[in-house]
Amino acid sequence: MAKIDKAIKISQKHLLGIQDLSIKDINLILDEAKTFISLNKSKNKKIDILRGKTQINLFFEPSTRTQSSFELAGKRLGADVMSMNITNSAIKKGETLVDTAMTLNAMHPDIIVIRHQDSGACNLLSQKVNCAVLNAGDGRREHPTQALLDALTIIDRKKKIQGLRIAICGDILHSRVARSNIYLLNMLGAEVNIIAPSNLMPKDIDRLGVNTFSDMKDGLKGCDIVMMLRLQNERMSSSFLSSNREYYEYYGLTPDKLNFAKDDALIMHPGPMNRGIEIDTKLADDINKSVIKEQVELGVAVRMACLKIFCE
Amino acid sequence: MKKQYFLNANIIDPKNSIEEIGGLIVNEEGKIEAIGKKVNKNNIPSREKYIDLNGKYIIPGLVDMRVFVGEPGYEYKENFRTLSNAALAGGVTSVVTMPNTSPVIDNVSIVDFLKRRGRDKSKINIFPSASLTKNIEGTNMTEFGLLQKKGIIAFTDGIRTIQNSRLMSRIMRSAFDLDCLIMQHAEDYELSMNGMMNDGVIATKLGLQGIPDLAEKIIIERDLSLLEDFNCRYHISQISSSKSLSVIRNKKDQVDFTTGVSINNLSLNENDIGDFRTFLKLSPPLRTEEDRMSLITGINKDLIDVIVSDHKPEDEESKRLTFSQAATGASGIETLLPLSLELFHNDSIKLSKIIKLLTSNPAKILKINKGNLSIGNDADFCIVDLYKPWIVKKEKMISKSKNTCIEDKKLQGQVINTFVKGLELFKI
Repeated sequence: MAKIDKAIKISQKHLLGIQDLSIKDINLILDEAKTFISLNKSKNKKIDILRGKTQINLFFEPSTRTQSSFELAGKRLGADVMSMNITNSAIKKGETLVDTAMTLNAMHPDIIVIRHQDSGACNLLSQKVNCAVLNAGDGRREHPTQALLDALTIIDRKKKIQGLRIAICGDILHSRVARSNIYLLNMLGAEVNIIAPSNLMPKDIDRLGVNTFSDMKDGLKGCDIVMMLRLQNERMSSSFLSSNREYYEYYGLTPDKLNFAKDDALIMHPGPMNRGIEIDTKLADDINKSVIKEQVELGVAVRMACLKIFCE
Repeated sequence: MKKQYFLNANIIDPKNSIEEIGGLIVNEEGKIEAIGKKVNKNNIPSREKYIDLNGKYIIPGLVDMRVFVGEPGYEYKENFRTLSNAALAGGVTSVVTMPNTSPVIDNVSIVDFLKRRGRDKSKINIFPSASLTKNIEGTNMTEFGLLQKKGIIAFTDGIRTIQNSRLMSRIMRSAFDLDCLIMQHAEDYELSMNGMMNDGVIATKLGLQGIPDLAEKIIIERDLSLLEDFNCRYHISQISSSKSLSVIRNKKDQVDFTTGVSINNLSLNENDIGDFRTFLKLSPPLRTEEDRMSLITGINKDLIDVIVSDHKPEDEESKRLTFSQAATGASGIETLLPLSLELFHNDSIKLSKIIKLLTSNPAKILKINKGNLSIGNDADFCIVDLYKPWIVKKEKMISKSKNTCIEDKKLQGQVINTFVKGLELFKI
């Protein structure tokens, strides 16, 4: 307990979305995350500031990087981490989220990390438990740690966010990553361009303070960062697009289209990627342009920072 | 029953154009014997006891055209007894119940059951509606003629919409032949698929699938076009947006139809959903403030005829879920009048107009002799303190389900007593 820095204060009890955070909160998390970057590269990656704390990962949706990232982050900080396997749990037997929350709450966890297919699920959970709740993605609403790790990646490479022009391209409609990034990048002073076919553009998104484009050429002009999003076919119940190959033709990131952005523009992608649909496969692996692997690496640091700050 | 005298009241009876200070006499049979300014202390027998209302209001008992009751099938949400107690507390003395029960009200034998239960358990006037299609599946028409003979006064699929245009035209033709009232919930399912709230910036921020206002407009446009060729008594159950209102404005002098609106859409907007408040998940959804304002204009310009509670009792378990999983609808029959009075207090709508849309207008559409204070009629009325302040509290609600969408709201105006056929059945 004594080893947790008492000076750190966050305005929120839970991390439900970037919307709830202040610039101060964001800087606090990013600064904390920076201190873990080197730890994660060192030989002994484990410290014990969360020793004795219990972290429960509650993932209602399949996830590779976020779940493993949160699990690793908790373990590296010395917490006891339990990842619930939903397919084997009572939820499959018809238990409601509120009842699951009550059950877990009775076990006195210190932090619950939740991913859920319904927007607002983390808000509901946070009203029913005593511990802190970290949102690892709720429906299409928010994915705050992803936005934070994106910001950290940008700062790591560009040394700043203020004044950058950042394009977010693709399936904005179904994307919580886009929403969290819009709030965060706006707050930190970037200019945000949203590029998507009209069918994948959420209604009135321009009112969140972004420029909207349906043409890659216009939208990418002068951009420092090109953030590509995954086409979320699993969430599409009816015809949004005519075909993947037409989508690639108009919205897939290719070397040609990247030329519309600045020469030193960086490519980001929250993963998992659909190679050859939203991004050219060689471009995704181009270490001079793509920072996709770095995003994953810094993701662990950001989650360690969030666990540390919200566990207190 | 003894003769009852109520004096010194503000009387509003839109049907008979009464809006004056006066009295009301209810005779031994529970009928209205006399009403108006001529009923005062000087011309009632001096030995008779009277009640001095000190300027409180007497209005006809409300006629609520859109009420869901859980009987049969969902008695744990609301039964006829709890419904009528809740209604009486809100000054509502006549209701049209929706057919969305289990089983659905779609055949003659179930109507007999319903009428028996309504008569035995309910203290208010129950007017059951039957479904337009069998099992509200939107494919085969119900027996309008036989059902009407059993006492069904309106046909609707309630929360469902007839999607098939050919079927809708046939329904209209049959309704024309039999002089039936058709009430349509306007929602195009393809456009509203998976939708949970108004499509707009709030839905975008909350990450919820939107229901565009076009989903409503397109059905209204279709139905009013059909109505040009197949004229029948047609009522749009509820509208929620200014887009729908402009269609109605354009069609008003070409075809005959009537329009309703829920008090929820008149009083609240999409911002009230806040942090995923599932009690405000409604159908039609709450829309923008501009839409809400346009609905008020619609009332003032006589484009909207009726205000309904859209009373839809849902148990807590159906609402303690994520927004997408939660049930749709709000319990509201007991707050229909007080919430409507807010529109008077904030100078949106004249008092007499509000009362008209809650009493004589729905009665006229339904062709029932209710919602008025005509001499010789059943004395169904309520006494209202227009200025009494109070706060809506879930735990004080009388309805079996407490899913109010205006919890903790401060209101002004409350029903003091409600009478049905001259009997005082509610007293605050």
